[in-house]
Amino acid sequence: MKSYDDRTHTVGRIWMVLAISVVLAVPVSICVYYNAWPSLTAVFKGLLGVAPIFWTVGIIEVFTYGPMLGSGGSYLAFVTGNITNLKAPSALNAMENARVRPGSEEGEIISTIAIATSSLVTTAVIALGVLGLSFLTPLLNDPVLKPAFDNILPALFGGLAVVYISKNWKIALTPAVFMVALFLCVPSLSSSVGILVPVGALISIGVVRLLYKKGLV
Amino acid sequence: MQFNPNSLFLFCVAGAVILFVIAQSIFFLVRAYRRGCAIGMDKAVLRRTVLSTAVFTVAPAVSILLGVITLAKFLGIPLPWVRLSIIGAITYELPAATTTAQALGVSLSETITDPRVYSAIAWVMTLGIMPGMFVVLFALKKMQHGILKLKTKDSKWGDLFLTSLFLGMISAFLGMVFSDIRSGLPGFIPIFVLLFSALLMGICGFLIRRCGWKWLETYALTVSMLGSLVFAVIITPLIG
Repeated sequence: MKSYDDRTHTVGRIWMVLAISVVLAVPVSICVYYNAWPSLTAVFKGLLGVAPIFWTVGIIEVFTYGPMLGSGGSYLAFVTGNITNLKAPSALNAMENARVRPGSEEGEIISTIAIATSSLVTTAVIALGVLGLSFLTPLLNDPVLKPAFDNILPALFGGLAVVYISKNWKIALTPAVFMVALFLCVPSLSSSVGILVPVGALISIGVVRLLYKKGLV
Repeated sequence: MQFNPNSLFLFCVAGAVILFVIAQSIFFLVRAYRRGCAIGMDKAVLRRTVLSTAVFTVAPAVSILLGVITLAKFLGIPLPWVRLSIIGAITYELPAATTTAQALGVSLSETITDPRVYSAIAWVMTLGIMPGMFVVLFALKKMQHGILKLKTKDSKWGDLFLTSLFLGMISAFLGMVFSDIRSGLPGFIPIFVLLFSALLMGICGFLIRRCGWKWLETYALTVSMLGSLVFAVIITPLIG
C-alpha cells in the first residue's frame, strides 16, 4: 500500500497538471473569444524582458522552498503563488507555534494546513476587495496608509528573524552579515532578492556543515 | 467585437480560475487535517493553526489586493485578479505587463483597449512564471525523497540543513531592508520597522514565557507585524 507521502505526490501531480492546464487556458480563452492571437514576436519580446530572471528565480525557488514547505504545501504554494511574502512565512510560523519539525510528517501536515488556509483567506480578501473596489480603492491608496503597505516585508521578517535567529544565532550570523554587506554595497539588488535567497541558503548550509563537523552546533 | 478588459466573459474566466484555487486549497486542507487526526495530532493544535494563519494572512493579503488595484488601472480587474490568485506576485506581474507594453509601443497610462496587446500581455504573464510549476511536477518527489534520506541517515544534520534554508531566506530579506540607507534618514524606515517588529516579538515572547500568556503564542507574529505596520504609518511622516 502506498504511504501518505507517496499518495500526496500522486494527488499533488494530478492537481499540478490541472493547474498548468487552467493557467494556460486563460490566455488561450482570451485569444479564442476575442479572435486576438498576438504575434509571436510580441510575446517573445515581452518574455525577453522577464523570462531570464523569473524563469531562473522560479526554478531556484522550488529547490529552496520545497524542502521548507513539504510536499503537500509545495504542490499548493507553487500554484497559489506569493510564496516569499506570504506562504513560506505562514508555514514557518505555523510549524514553530505547533512545535513540529519541518520535514517530519507532523511538519508536513501543519505546513499544508497553513498554506491552504492562507490561500483561502487571500482569495477571500481579494474577492471581497474586488467586489468593493470602488469603496476600497481610495482607502487603500490613501497616502497615510502607504508606509504600511511599503513595509510589509520588514514587518513580517522582523518578527520571524527574532524567533529563528535567537535560536540559531551561530548559523545565522554569517549569512546575515554577508547579506547586509551585499545590499549595502549593491542596493539595486533589492529588486532581485529572490535570487539571493538560495545564495543565503548556500552560505548557511556551508557554515552549519563546518560548525557541525567541529561539534559546535 | 468591441474589447472591454472588464467584460462579463473575462470575469467568468477569472471566476473559474478562482474556483479552481479554492477547490485545490480545500482539498489539501481537508486531507492534511484528516491525516493529522489519523496520526493522533491534537485537534486543538490543528484548529489553532487554521485560526492563527487566517488572522496572520489578512494584512499581506490586503497588500496583494493593492497589487490587483495597481494593475487594474490598465488591465481591468479580471486579469490581475487571476494573475495574483494563481502563481503570480506583483513583483513579477507588473514588470511582465510593462515590458510587453513597451515592446509593443503601448503606454500603460490608460486602460488597454486593443485585444491583441491584452492577449500578448496575458501570454507573457503566464509563460514567464510557469517553469516553477513544471519543476514541481517533475522534480519535487525526487527532491523530497532526497531530504527524507538525508534525515534518515543523520537526523540532526537533516534538521540543521532545513534550518539553514530558513535562515538563508531570512538573511536575504534582512539584508534587503538595508538597501535604501544611502538615501538618507527615510531609507532607515524599513530598518526601524524591522527592529520594532523584532521588539514586539521579543515582548510577546516575554509575556508568553514569564507571564504565562499562552494564548498569545498563536498571534505573536500577527501582533508584531500589525504593530510594526502601525509604527511605519506613524514614523514615516515624522522622518520621511
